[in-house]
Amino acid sequence: MTVPREMPEKWPRVRGPGGAEEERRVRANAREYNEKFQYASNCIKTSKYNIVTFLPVNLFEQFQEVANTYFLFLLILQLIPQISSLSWFTTIVPLVLVLTITAVKDATDDYFRHKSDNQVNNRQSQVLIGGVLRQEQWMNVRVGDIIKLENNQFVAADLLLLCSSEPHGLCYVETAELDGETNMKVRQATPVTSELADISTLARFDGEVICEPPNNKLDKFGGTLYWKENKFPLSNQNMLLRGCVLRNTEWCFGLVVFAGPDTKLMQNSGRTKFKRTSIDRLMNTLVLWIFGFLVCMGVILAIGNAIWEHEVGVCFQIYLPWDEGVHSAVFSGFLSFWSYIIILNTVVPISLYVSVEVIRLGHSYFINWDKKMYCAKRRTPAEARTTTLNEELGQVEYIFSDKTGTLTQNIMVFSKCSVNGHSYGDVQDVLGHNVELGERPEPVDFSFNPLADPGFQFWDPSLLEAVQLGDPHVHEFFRLLSLCHTVMSEEKSEGELYYKAQSPDEGALVTAARNFGFVFRSRTPKTITVHELGRAITYQLLAILDFNNIRKRMSVIVRSPEGKIRLYCKGADTILLERLHPSNQDLTNVTTDHLNEYAGEGLRTLVLACKDLEESYYEDWAERLRRASGAPEAREDRLARLYDEVERDMTLLGATAIEDKLQQGVPETIAILTLANIKIWVLTGDKQAPGSPCAETAVNIGYSCKMLTDDMTEVFVVTGHTVLEVREELRKAREKMMDGSRSMGNGFSYQEKLSSSKLTSVLEAIAGEYALVINGHSLAHALEADMEVEFLETACACKAVICCRVTPLQKAQVVELVKKYKKAVTLAIGDGANDVSMIKTAHIGVGISGQEGIQAVLASDYSFSQFKFLQRLLLVHGRWSYLRMCKFLCYFFYKNFAFTMVHFWFGFFCGFSAQTVYDQYFITLYNIVYTSLPVLAMGVFDQDVPEQRSMEYPKLYEPGQLNLLFNKREFFICIAQGIYTSVLMFFIPYGVFADATRDDGAQLADYQSFAVTVATSLVIVVSVQIGLDTGFWTAINHFFIWGSLAAYFAILFAMHSDGLFQMFPNQFRFVGNAQNTLAQPTVWLTIALTTVVCIMPVVAFRFLKLDLKPELSDTVRYTQLVRKKQKPQHRCARRGGCGGGSRRSGYAFSHQEGFGELIMSGKNMRLSSLALSGFTARPGAAWIETLRRKKGGESSPDTAAKG
Amino acid sequence: MKNKKSSAPQEAETRPSRCPDNSAFKQQKLPAWKPQLTAASVLSTFFLTGAFCLSVGVSLIVAAKSVREIQVDYSDKCSHCSKLRENSSNWNSECLCSINITLAEDMLGDVFMYYGLQNFYQNHRRYALSRSDEQLLGRNVDVQNSYCAPFATYQNGTPMAPCGAIANSMFNDTIDLFYNFNSSVIQVPLLKTGNSWWTDKNVKFRNPESHNLSAAFAGTARPPYWHKAVYLLDEEDEKNNGYINDDFIIWMRVSAFATFRNLYRRISRKGQFTDGLPAGNYTFHISYNFPVSKFKGKKYVILSTMVWSGGSNPFLGIAYLVCGAAATLTDALKLFPECRNNAEELRSRIA
Repeated sequence: MTVPREMPEKWPRVRGPGGAEEERRVRANAREYNEKFQYASNCIKTSKYNIVTFLPVNLFEQFQEVANTYFLFLLILQLIPQISSLSWFTTIVPLVLVLTITAVKDATDDYFRHKSDNQVNNRQSQVLIGGVLRQEQWMNVRVGDIIKLENNQFVAADLLLLCSSEPHGLCYVETAELDGETNMKVRQATPVTSELADISTLARFDGEVICEPPNNKLDKFGGTLYWKENKFPLSNQNMLLRGCVLRNTEWCFGLVVFAGPDTKLMQNSGRTKFKRTSIDRLMNTLVLWIFGFLVCMGVILAIGNAIWEHEVGVCFQIYLPWDEGVHSAVFSGFLSFWSYIIILNTVVPISLYVSVEVIRLGHSYFINWDKKMYCAKRRTPAEARTTTLNEELGQVEYIFSDKTGTLTQNIMVFSKCSVNGHSYGDVQDVLGHNVELGERPEPVDFSFNPLADPGFQFWDPSLLEAVQLGDPHVHEFFRLLSLCHTVMSEEKSEGELYYKAQSPDEGALVTAARNFGFVFRSRTPKTITVHELGRAITYQLLAILDFNNIRKRMSVIVRSPEGKIRLYCKGADTILLERLHPSNQDLTNVTTDHLNEYAGEGLRTLVLACKDLEESYYEDWAERLRRASGAPEAREDRLARLYDEVERDMTLLGATAIEDKLQQGVPETIAILTLANIKIWVLTGDKQAPGSPCAETAVNIGYSCKMLTDDMTEVFVVTGHTVLEVREELRKAREKMMDGSRSMGNGFSYQEKLSSSKLTSVLEAIAGEYALVINGHSLAHALEADMEVEFLETACACKAVICCRVTPLQKAQVVELVKKYKKAVTLAIGDGANDVSMIKTAHIGVGISGQEGIQAVLASDYSFSQFKFLQRLLLVHGRWSYLRMCKFLCYFFYKNFAFTMVHFWFGFFCGFSAQTVYDQYFITLYNIVYTSLPVLAMGVFDQDVPEQRSMEYPKLYEPGQLNLLFNKREFFICIAQGIYTSVLMFFIPYGVFADATRDDGAQLADYQSFAVTVATSLVIVVSVQIGLDTGFWTAINHFFIWGSLAAYFAILFAMHSDGLFQMFPNQFRFVGNAQNTLAQPTVWLTIALTTVVCIMPVVAFRFLKLDLKPELSDTVRYTQLVRKKQKPQHRCARRGGCGGGSRRSGYAFSHQEGFGELIMSGKNMRLSSLALSGFTARPGAAWIETLRRKKGGESSPDTAAKG
Repeated sequence: MKNKKSSAPQEAETRPSRCPDNSAFKQQKLPAWKPQLTAASVLSTFFLTGAFCLSVGVSLIVAAKSVREIQVDYSDKCSHCSKLRENSSNWNSECLCSINITLAEDMLGDVFMYYGLQNFYQNHRRYALSRSDEQLLGRNVDVQNSYCAPFATYQNGTPMAPCGAIANSMFNDTIDLFYNFNSSVIQVPLLKTGNSWWTDKNVKFRNPESHNLSAAFAGTARPPYWHKAVYLLDEEDEKNNGYINDDFIIWMRVSAFATFRNLYRRISRKGQFTDGLPAGNYTFHISYNFPVSKFKGKKYVILSTMVWSGGSNPFLGIAYLVCGAAATLTDALKLFPECRNNAEELRSRIA
């Protein structure tokens, strides 16, 4: 952070060496002055090309691809007459095709970027120019302009907040797009500028801001405002960042400090790392190998050529003299090497990369189109944001999941409570038995209460009865809930209350109190008005003893209308239970039992207590508080001591239990994914107090979403604070696992194998299911270089791993760790900005869309709105993608080897002269016309088992994880098959054509007939092979396969037709060949024999494999009719409070400190609410009238402005 | 303008839905045929294929067996001519050679006479390329810019007609066949036209248009190895002269391999030869022009009859037999355990 010390007099040097900005100076309302610095305008540009630059830039980019350059190189080789064994068009046609397809794709992408840029750049904003507010497009906003924002508008640039409609220059922003947090944030103008409320004064404002250069730190800003000879420090608190939305603030003015690409939002949207799939990498390796193979073949044939020319060619010179410049056999061999490189280049097919992209694109569309991954509630379909990773979805082994918002809905529901030793909230039927889930009776009817929240549901009528019967404990319980909080209320119209809570837990508690008749209605800095069972009661708010991480509790001190002073406190059980008056012991025991029970069900608990205060004691305490808060030093400490003093000897009121609602289908999804052998690690960043045994909530969630089950042998909890402790705990966990597996009695002595190098293999063999829970503190130690392997091995031996309270960085580190040591595909799923790092780190990042911000989605490769869709994404789409891609690659390499290797064999019979076997048009069209579409259709549409089956049999997912379908072994099998085919493809016609004649005695053994025969049998063989490989013949497959064959014959006859020959006699030399050759029965018998001999062994081999060693998918295919419906195991396991208090979730607060202060200061109160404070003393309904009047008056300018 | 802008996002929100279409294509539910390799289908396919291959193989072999063929290596037998031709300075001196053969059996039906060459690399890339199809189509072309090198033009610039290495190396032996019948010698009538492909004769090769052939080829010269100009290839038959000479056309259709045979003449079935060649003694009278010993090649003259599958090459028949046998064998090996399994299953079910 650089804060300039003094306002420099002279023309400042803002550009450092190399043009980097060192500091930024902005003067308000002075466009000319600011223009000197040439700051970026507010026009953003994410597009890459324009019409003029498109072609050169795009071509330049494309030729950076090795494959394209390689083909360009081949093209150049072909232009050298001495070595050109093929016409130039055999390479240029595919190359141009490939370049065109890629260019079209790039152009469309860029078009959409242009469109979205334009849309953003043309948004309207109000700019103060020359003392008048003018509508300007966003792109015309300049640094130094003052712009006006209205409620719910997007902030156009990074602004320095000058003033707002709210008192003290406060304004509220939602930063969801920026950091993913949905809770509102407060921004405040510096006091000097907050008075510049009207346009004329703003227009005269000429302050100058000197601040840090543009950067991407969202939570930091340092600068100084120089105005009227004074300087004022500026911090992030004064800034409104681009991408935020103004909320609850009628209007505000801001000075543009950073615009367009300099804004923090744009600085943050750095290019995401380009991810490659493992198949991609394998493919690149294989292409390199193939290239090496190509060179080898070239060398062999070149040596052959040299020998041949030396032995035979020399003698043959009378008929065929050597080319000019060729004086020795060796040089001829050298030339023939290049000629063969040209001919054999088709083993590295140019269309490979394009076809792979096309297939992936198709799979991506299928994901986008999937109705079963569409969330009707949020109206968001699944989206494949990256089109290059699909097949990797079929290989995932580790899933790293965020908790809040991903597994859970981040909706807190008041589910149970314990009041005065009586537990409420269990759903009971008439006979009083607990009812299993799924057969719930009617929820409790809250219609007696006009102010009730219709969205609230509670199932136990006895609690309401207790309220209505007037149980004083229950009344006090709810009174506490309605008073002790920092929720703000808003009443749009009579009875329509809206609560704005800092944390969803608090909202849930206040809403519960509201429905049970204790309606928190409104607050002022000094009062809280509550509607208690229909009576409006205004409490005087004396103090808020705010929450913080160490206290883990909050209290309020209120004076009731009767004048009694009372302290209400709620907080973590571990803290509060110690602060109760000893006389509460019996009640405490009962309540503790209840708390354990709640915790066992995965609920988040809070303990409530209260205490009466003597008037005199309070006066004294309040006086000391005043002094302490005015103290210049050690203020925090002194306040804490005072709080601590008053929050003692309280009376226990009860406890609440809040359910952290899971997303739909989470337990089922996790169960199925676990069955698919995918390991799920939950990395949650819950804001919990440091030092507390925080693991409980996470463990509770683990149980409720079936990650942890009662079947598990043991759950290890690592909570050590020091390196040694953590190491010890990990070691113990490992030892236990070893013991466990030894006791399984499989006879191996692990002790000897326990050298650290073999640790992994040993741990992988562990029997029994274990789980590991580790908290952020311990994780920090575990991730240190010397312990990370130990940690990883322990964690990987466990079926489930939960890391709680991890920072975003740690999330990424954990993912990185697994990536580093395990050769496994990782997937990270999350919804918030804190998941971005992990999403970007993992092989595949999935963003949950449609709720919190879009930050996670923007960083992700796939997005959808429900965790449960992950199951479909992986088990259906991922599995199919992987299968299809593997089948595609196998076939692709096969067909190219079968095609190309024929040239190699022919080389031995044509004097190694680089004569091609086929017509050059056939070579040109083979890969792009005759054989491309059927394999593409297979790559896009193939299905081995129906989608329902892959959900029913999660084991079907395993081949992908083990990388069984396409690996080096499979590759060699394909290659072998291709070479085998090429051998038969060459030698069978060779045998037949040796002395062949037509049935009328004329020639048949000529080169052209041979070429046609081999080409035709090749096309037929590879077509039959693709037919064999295609497991799912849709109409499209039929069309492509038959169409390819038809196209082959059509093109063959066209190319060999008289007409073309008459036009280009030197190009179409095969005139009349098709009709002559293909009229011969011998030729057809040869083709038939070749096909049979090439295909039969493949069929036999596959059938034997199917028969002797069937894959699961084969079995599933066979048993399709015999549908074994897996019975969903509905085990509503009730876990007792095993593990005692340690499993209890201590803390249901997840909020920030400091809101109490804000409330008490009244800063966040609207004028209207402040005005109300005058009426608070008056009882009755008069104030409601006032409120209504005020609201009405306030809303009218709003509506006017909108109109 | 402003209204439009502000209403746009609202429209987006009230748009019916972003829900994907429920079409079979988009939901990947297209109706499809899902073939499976079942024991029944595989075994029956193998069985049918085996049966087919065996029957084809048998009929091919039977057909090939019925072919009568005689092959004579005359580069060996006429070794004096071979020697003579080895020295290219003797190119102009004639060398005649006669070879006697005996037909033990009649050769019935159409009898074809071939010349065969061994070790002659007609499929060499530079060789096979060295021609100008445009010139052979009778068009006026600049042979210098065609693929004809190194046999395109003479040093004085006169273009060769026909140009190129293929044309230059044309086979130019003449072979006549005589039947020694009762001590009289009868020349076997031979047909020198109708031996090439119809498309070659009528589409691919054309003489340049002119009132007579020699005028058509004016301004060109014969290839260096030729004894006579192209318009003198067959002076008797206007339709068999110049580029459309059958011998030339057949030579220009380059062979797939270094050992090949080209149709030279057909026996004209008239007089004594109506049924083919009767058994007896024959003599080939060969005018030996084409040097082969230089490149260690051999020359053959072949007499052969034809069947539906072509000549006497037994390869295809044997290959079919082997393939059929393999398919049947595999089938049988697989079938027996299958049957046993089924039987056992049946038994266990009954029990």
